[in-house]
Amino acid sequence: MEAVLAIVIGVLYGGGLYLMMRRNLIQLIIGLGLLSHGANLLIFTAGGLRKGGAPILDEATNTYASAPADPLPQALILTAIVISFAVTAFALVLFLRTYQTCGTDDVDELKGTDT
Amino acid sequence: MTLLPVLPIIIPLAGAVLCMLFRKSLMLQKALAVATSFMMLLTAVCLMAHTARGTIAVMNVGSWQAPFGITLAVDMLSSVMLVLAGLLAVAVSVYSCFDLDGPRIKFGFFPLMLILLMGVNGAFVTGDLFNLYVWFEVLLTASFILLALGGERPQLEGSIKYVALNLLSSALFLAGIGILYGMAGTLNMAELANVVKDGERGGLVTMVAVMFMMAFGIKAGMFPLYFWLPASYPTPPAAVSALFSGLLTKVGVYSLIRVFTLIFTNDPEFLHGLILAGAGLTMLSGVLAAAAQYEMRKILAVHIVSQIGYIVMGLGLFTPLALAGTVIYLAHNIIVKTNLFLVAGAVHRLKGTYDLHKLGGLYKERPGLSILFIISAMSLAGVPPLSGFFAKLTLIIAGLRAESWLIVAVALGVSLLTLYSMTKIWAYVFWKPAPAPLPDLDPMAPGKWAAFLLPMVGFTVLTIAIGVFAGPVFDYAQQAAGQLMDPQGYIDAVLGGAK
Repeated sequence: MEAVLAIVIGVLYGGGLYLMMRRNLIQLIIGLGLLSHGANLLIFTAGGLRKGGAPILDEATNTYASAPADPLPQALILTAIVISFAVTAFALVLFLRTYQTCGTDDVDELKGTDT
Repeated sequence: MTLLPVLPIIIPLAGAVLCMLFRKSLMLQKALAVATSFMMLLTAVCLMAHTARGTIAVMNVGSWQAPFGITLAVDMLSSVMLVLAGLLAVAVSVYSCFDLDGPRIKFGFFPLMLILLMGVNGAFVTGDLFNLYVWFEVLLTASFILLALGGERPQLEGSIKYVALNLLSSALFLAGIGILYGMAGTLNMAELANVVKDGERGGLVTMVAVMFMMAFGIKAGMFPLYFWLPASYPTPPAAVSALFSGLLTKVGVYSLIRVFTLIFTNDPEFLHGLILAGAGLTMLSGVLAAAAQYEMRKILAVHIVSQIGYIVMGLGLFTPLALAGTVIYLAHNIIVKTNLFLVAGAVHRLKGTYDLHKLGGLYKERPGLSILFIISAMSLAGVPPLSGFFAKLTLIIAGLRAESWLIVAVALGVSLLTLYSMTKIWAYVFWKPAPAPLPDLDPMAPGKWAAFLLPMVGFTVLTIAIGVFAGPVFDYAQQAAGQLMDPQGYIDAVLGGAK
């Protein structure tokens, strides 16, 4: 399973970086999205892929009913997903405004502040 | 006392919420923002007094014991950063009361500024890597909106580069966190320090360390990752530029210092050597790029990059004296750089342009403003007896003691070129006769003008004061550096259970 996920993460990173280097604003934002998916899957995989029960102690015996899975990576990923959702929403609005103000979605033509 | 570390986060949040509630009233928002900033400064000073003798203020949020919960830990470096953030908040909020246009305030400048400060403070107090990521996102999101607020074309163009590169850096940071968690099973910085210290997996740790270096390097504006900075920082109004240049890159630098003194000390020869090389190139490329510019705010923005090089140089040398230099330089740079941006904003407010060729003759018209500028500019270049001199002196002595001749030579050369850039601004904007007389766009009444200058006067006095009282400042910085070089105290304070 790790091997498959590793390949998936690699493809997501590669695709994300490729799209970020394109000149189109929409491709840039899709690239950013893919990149953050890659990072999330990376946390998931690195945190250990184990089948297990919920990490809740049995009150009487003070032990787990079955070997538990680590819940923390999922909590981290959930936080990261929410953040990347908000940021993507903002970036979409920013790009729309840029398109309306500058009349182009070509990154190469947005170089007015570079020099 | 136990609640003290969380106050720097709660106060700006409360201020932001109140500002949102009174969205319609400009007066009330201004008053609230200034009051909140003063309270922030006050708590920061309390924290500084509390930690001044080497105690580390620790708080476990929700009483979850470290390393399972999120820990807030304030050591001397954190508290000095909090005080500086408070000073900057006061100055910028007073300044923007006079400088900012109504629509920008109506669309939420003050709440966003306070949220940004919450993120910055959060990053300074947290003792948990994932929590640090969250604070980064908080301050980034607020800064995205502040940068684009107003929607002028240069702002939008700058924002795209800023947003794209900072999100890339966040993705890198997140990936680094994931790998580190998989390796160590914890994200508490103190626990991580323990795991890395007695861990065998040296190679993997070094690789993750480089990922963190890239992620924070982008945010700090290190060579070769800084190109978003000159493209975006000069575009928003002066108050926003000043806030960003004073604080945002410094959060990146602070995080670099934190992780590379606490966690990634496994291979200093390679890792800190890499940082040192980056520092030299950052200084050099920033100052050379500034020499080619003829726009006041652009020169200052590119100079941020070169100054970051000096700050990081101390971390690269990785000796107690060098880190003390870094701490002094951080304080000096935040004060002086912000002040220069505020003065540039005042010039723009008077004349409506930043172009060195069009400006001129300001010394005759506004001698007070000119003197504020020249003191800060000389301090930036490192002229005694101002703060910049002692900051650079400490770093250079540390470099000589470490026998890193090359970096010392670079630092001295860059210092001269900084002087060149600053005298260029002085000669063009203040000294030479105006090429074509530019009328004052906004002649303020003398009383209002004096109040407008107040934050700049305060910062100028501070840069002189750091120079005059260099002894006590140096003692404090040395103690802070001692804490950083010997992280065992920090680790024990966090993991030894909070009181």
